[in-house]
Amino acid sequence: MKIIVAIKQVPMRDSPLHPDASGKWIDEADLSFEINEPDAYALEEALQLKEKHGGEVVVLCAGPERAAQTIREALAKGADRAIHIETADLAALDTLGVAKLLAAAVTAEKPDLILTGLQSDDLGSGQTGVVMAELLGVPHSTIIMQIEVRDASIRVKRELENGWFQHIEMPLPAALTIQSGSNKLRYATLMGIKKAKSKEIRRVTPAELGGTAAPVAAIEKIYLPQKSKQTQIFEGDAKTASAQLVEKLKFDARVL
Amino acid sequence: MSILVVLEQQSGQWHRMSWETLAAGQQLGATLGEPVETALLGKSLGALANVPATRKLAKVWAVEHDLLDSYTADGYAAALELLIQKTQPKLVLFPHTYQVRDFAPKLATRFSQVLVSDVIAARVETGAITFVRQFFQGKLNGDVRVSGAGPVFASLQAGAWRADALENGSAAVEIFAPTLDAGQIRQKPEPPFREAARAVDLTASEIIVSVGRGIGEQSNLPVVEDLAQAFGAELAASRPICDAGWLPMERQVGSSGQTVAPKLYVAVGISGAIQHLVGMKGAKTIVAINKDPNAPIFEVADYGIVGDLFEVAPALASEVRKAKGA
Repeated sequence: MKIIVAIKQVPMRDSPLHPDASGKWIDEADLSFEINEPDAYALEEALQLKEKHGGEVVVLCAGPERAAQTIREALAKGADRAIHIETADLAALDTLGVAKLLAAAVTAEKPDLILTGLQSDDLGSGQTGVVMAELLGVPHSTIIMQIEVRDASIRVKRELENGWFQHIEMPLPAALTIQSGSNKLRYATLMGIKKAKSKEIRRVTPAELGGTAAPVAAIEKIYLPQKSKQTQIFEGDAKTASAQLVEKLKFDARVL
Repeated sequence: MSILVVLEQQSGQWHRMSWETLAAGQQLGATLGEPVETALLGKSLGALANVPATRKLAKVWAVEHDLLDSYTADGYAAALELLIQKTQPKLVLFPHTYQVRDFAPKLATRFSQVLVSDVIAARVETGAITFVRQFFQGKLNGDVRVSGAGPVFASLQAGAWRADALENGSAAVEIFAPTLDAGQIRQKPEPPFREAARAVDLTASEIIVSVGRGIGEQSNLPVVEDLAQAFGAELAASRPICDAGWLPMERQVGSSGQTVAPKLYVAVGISGAIQHLVGMKGAKTIVAINKDPNAPIFEVADYGIVGDLFEVAPALASEVRKAKGA
């Protein structure tokens, strides 16, 4: 089966984040980047499906030149080839704009399955996979924990709220968004890293995919949240701060 | 022009976020001077539609079809597309539930629109709505404006509006029977299930000590286990810890785990992604221990210590034992 995995490169977890001069996005100058964690799980799921059923795993990524590093890492983990949609300013597009580019790149590939993470760690809109499915006219399901491949269909385990789950069957081709933690992530082997160097990364421009439209939803301003609750922070070394905290818990909050 | 609020129910069980969203709809309707309508979907809704009809609304749409008996993304998107074409709302609001995340982006795409998801606030300035939502897992907020033809779609975060602000009134219930065809619905859902009976009921705990990614690795867990013991607390965790198998799933707090409201909740090395916060922000007193002073967990914490948990947790355990012994 042919599987496309849409991945995104995002700032590393715990990066210090500050709005840039425009106030509309973050200052990316001193940041390091990595694969969006939920997308790493989508990639892992794709690689396991390939191991079970054979076929091909194609990584699809829209992003600036630096995203090539994250794409290489996905190839080193075992993806067969990649498509890199080179866009210098991904943040200027909205979900629909990004999904249109991704969908245009997917169309020619005619995959059986499209996987992506359930959301991105930066924008967190949780929509790209669903919008892509709609644009491609394929059925979808979200927050998927397991995929069972049948003849011309799949049966997936979808996470609901409060510890509930549900199985859903749908015909192929289909698009799924994958929940984090559903598998154990593999590391790239030395052999994998070596092999990745000769794997194909096809670079395409947004223009070749029909161009980009002005966003419908635009970020006007990005900023540090204002605190709604007064948090009392205890300073000093661990022992002093702990003693002050315990004092409060015992006599003010009365929970000890 | 109107505002349409889409409610969520499953087999007659209301999702509580429905009422928060309805309250938000009423407030925005008053500011914008627009009538507010609401919709619920199902096979045969009967008396269920009378529940929102006791609120101050212009209309309750009971969207009924045999194919809407169980939720499917295809069925819900198709039915609501037809209702929206009929009623032409200016704004469509949803509760930001797992189900809404599954179909609302698809529905918005049909109108060449983008759903503004997980909204925490909305402002109206000169007739236009600015939505506030979180970026980078709650580390930054952003103002989002929507342009373009067609209705504006937004889903609202749990707890961002208060259900007790709902205004009462009375509304007419009207049945809307969309034209749906079984061939349109490609997903075949099976009944929901739970994995196993829970051995640990965190909801009954008065004190919870909860651990997150900051713990680094499984072998470090005794540091928080000892703190939990000092407090006489039940040990809980954020999702990544349970995903990694370091603690069983039954100890997970958050939208996919348990929702707790203990007297005291001590979050150790938990940054406070919204999926975790919705599961614990009802706690009476919240303590956060985190090395990042900008971690979103401090948004909801009453008390905080900014520091290395490997120094703070043992020191705190010892102070708690001292205080209890005294």
